[in-house]
Amino acid sequence: MQKLLTRLLPILLLLLFVGQVQAKTLVYCSEGSPEGFAPQLYTSGTTFDATSRTVFEGLTHFVRGTTELEPGMAESWTVSDDGKVYTFKLRKGVKFQSAKHFKPTRDMNADDVIFTFERQWKKDHPFYAISGGNYEYFNGMSMPALLNKIEKVDDYTVRFVLNRPEAPMLANLGMDFAVIQSAEYADAMMKAGTPEKVDQWPIGTGPFTFQGYKKDAQIRYTAFKDYWKGKAAIDKLVFSITPDASVRYAKLKAGECQVMPYPNPADIAAMQADPKINVMQQEGLNVGYLAYNTKVAPFDNVKVRKALNKAMNKQAIIDTVFQGAGKIAKNPIPPTIWSYNEATVDDSFDPVAAKKMLAEAGYPNGFEMKVWAMPVQRPYNPNARRMAEVIQADFAKVGVKVEIVSYEWGEYLKRSKDVNRDGAVLLGWTGDNGDPDNFLAVLLGCDGVGGSNRANWCYKPFEDLIQQAKVVADPAVRTKLYEQAQIIFKEQAPWATIAHSVVFIPMTNNVKNYKVDPLGGHIFYGVDLK
Amino acid sequence: MFSFLLKRIGVVIPTFLGVTLLTFSLIRLIPGDPVELMAGERGVDPIRHAELLAKMGLDKPLLVQYWHYLTGIFHGDLGTSIVTREPVIREFFTLFPATLELSFCAIIIAIVIGLPAGIIAAVRRGKLTDYTVMGLSLTGYSMPIFWWGLLLILFFSVGLGWTPVSGRISAMFWVDEVTGFMVIDSFLSNEAGAFISALRHLILPSIVLATIPLAVIARMTRSAMLEVLREDYVLVARAKGLSMPLVVCIHALRNALIPVITVIGLQVGVLMAGAILTETIFSWPGVGKWMLDSIYRRDYPSVQGGILLISCLVIFVNLTVDILYGVANPRIRHNR
Repeated sequence: MQKLLTRLLPILLLLLFVGQVQAKTLVYCSEGSPEGFAPQLYTSGTTFDATSRTVFEGLTHFVRGTTELEPGMAESWTVSDDGKVYTFKLRKGVKFQSAKHFKPTRDMNADDVIFTFERQWKKDHPFYAISGGNYEYFNGMSMPALLNKIEKVDDYTVRFVLNRPEAPMLANLGMDFAVIQSAEYADAMMKAGTPEKVDQWPIGTGPFTFQGYKKDAQIRYTAFKDYWKGKAAIDKLVFSITPDASVRYAKLKAGECQVMPYPNPADIAAMQADPKINVMQQEGLNVGYLAYNTKVAPFDNVKVRKALNKAMNKQAIIDTVFQGAGKIAKNPIPPTIWSYNEATVDDSFDPVAAKKMLAEAGYPNGFEMKVWAMPVQRPYNPNARRMAEVIQADFAKVGVKVEIVSYEWGEYLKRSKDVNRDGAVLLGWTGDNGDPDNFLAVLLGCDGVGGSNRANWCYKPFEDLIQQAKVVADPAVRTKLYEQAQIIFKEQAPWATIAHSVVFIPMTNNVKNYKVDPLGGHIFYGVDLK
Repeated sequence: MFSFLLKRIGVVIPTFLGVTLLTFSLIRLIPGDPVELMAGERGVDPIRHAELLAKMGLDKPLLVQYWHYLTGIFHGDLGTSIVTREPVIREFFTLFPATLELSFCAIIIAIVIGLPAGIIAAVRRGKLTDYTVMGLSLTGYSMPIFWWGLLLILFFSVGLGWTPVSGRISAMFWVDEVTGFMVIDSFLSNEAGAFISALRHLILPSIVLATIPLAVIARMTRSAMLEVLREDYVLVARAKGLSMPLVVCIHALRNALIPVITVIGLQVGVLMAGAILTETIFSWPGVGKWMLDSIYRRDYPSVQGGILLISCLVIFVNLTVDILYGVANPRIRHNR
């Protein structure tokens, strides 16, 4: 017996030890497959979660859980007085991850920064056309028009010269398309005759090292032990691709994953009641709206727009369409963005006053109009058809007869841009970089008429304010300008601002330190398991 | 026999061309262009829009596009996915083993349960067993796959914890791809427990995918068996004193199987259609789910390529069944 115990003891001790040092693996039930592994080439949040928020990092960062900027790969920066020259001091000693096919020989430096931007910018760059060469975000943020040159001052200093001052530049550099790729890796792959490998097997300076992807099934990462901020608390991160929300919930309940995004609104109450599940929530960086076509009668009359806004029962929309997972929007920017104007007063729900205003505007018997309902579910509008029906019932009470129209999504986006469009369009926006300019200028600026400005609203006093805010570097001054712009918006009512959705992230109880990202990402650095 | 073969293969060529024309035109009939879908609310300016359409070759007249598509097929090139920018053929064959593995298990379940169920129902015609089998098969046939899959997940995976919820293998395992078939690859891998995990993951999706073919096979077997059991030679065999099970298994089954085999061949198409839903519910990374995503994203090359390859498979299986049927039954090959 004693002999047996003597033999078993080391094995038992070993098992105990192994149990203690067992790798901490966090499984995230992601909602879809990434389009690829180069965030510069794609635009979906699913791709960004799998790349720029795990493997890569940009010059600037958003503080986790906020839209505030902090230094990233750039340790510090200075901006010239005219707002056109940004000089970045790069962080020293930042290592790139390695893979079987590539071992970096140097730390991140200015060459990598220049490679990252020139690849997307200069058509004669050897990597411009690799992997299709569609840099939609880079183009969408007007970077080609904005950039004049990018210079290497020394190995750890880079200078960006712009064609015009652009206050949101630092926020733009924190976006996913601007994460730093390795120039050395690109050179090595080009020499090996497999340049596209750079976009298929990501190597960056972020907290997780990519280990492999099984198409439509799984993405695997390990914590990068040389990460400049220190190794992640979890050892392994697995994205288990689960497109159906009900199945994601079932997996969470069965313990097959620890964190899931985008739950069904109908499941949230049950999740909150489950003691094994913790549901975190935060207002999303989005806004859902009804955009009147201000170029076409009767919506060219501000009184008509204001009257319709007063006829809309937003609380009923929050209750029936969002099932409580939303908040009434009074401004065109969400409350999580700096410069949100608390002082603006929303149009109160008052059908009697609305009817009176319509009569004053010359429509005592109302009129007929179209409301466009999106055919897809979006974070800012989980059921556009239902929302349109609620609006239809509300407007009927003031004599406005609504016809609901809808088109296939691509067609809807295209047709709704038409400046001669008939009726009001339900649409929304999810912010990219937490800067008010990303909402106000994109959605309501004169440049967006016939495009992203679905109200076709070009109003000089408003335009002057947002253009001024674009070129002023001082955040306090910018805040004042944007606050004023929101007051003008409210007076002119080119939209009925409807709702900001609430983002829910359910997770098992053993997940620690998760923070909901207001920018819509799912970030696992800093997260631990009990 | 040679002319029979030639005739059969001759029919395949126009069918194949018809499939190419149909897939090409149907996906283009759906409104909405891929560039707008890709850009979403963000939008894209008209110049960039035109540039991107040209890059995808979608700016050319439809006839020219179709010609490029056809010539590409004959060079073994099905184009490049608009979304992932990967060659369609590579994407398809990366995912196809998963669909094949699932379909194979499903058809085995359907045959192993459907055949005996049909035979028993026929032998015990008009009795409780017959009504039960036929009632269940009708229920199975009319069951919405999506609902059925979720029900099984809730009961067996979440409620009882007997089976995993979804996927091909537990997230804890990383099995290197050798054949693409998870059961084989996990068996070949050194990871302890991977093989069992792969098998357990196959159970629920296979049952869900097998449900409709199982019902069809059971009903078909029953009616074919009833026909045969009325034949004189069965009566003679019974009169000679052979037991019923022996008559059924040795004499009747062989003849009853001929129409059943045809039906099993036709189930390949049903399996492929069922795979789209089953794979979506069970997060099974196969071609069904991939095709569905491609349709949503207006990824023309992927939809065209995927449907073409699946159609080829269905055509090939049906051709094989036709030929085998001709071999098994000389009357057919002589009549045609």
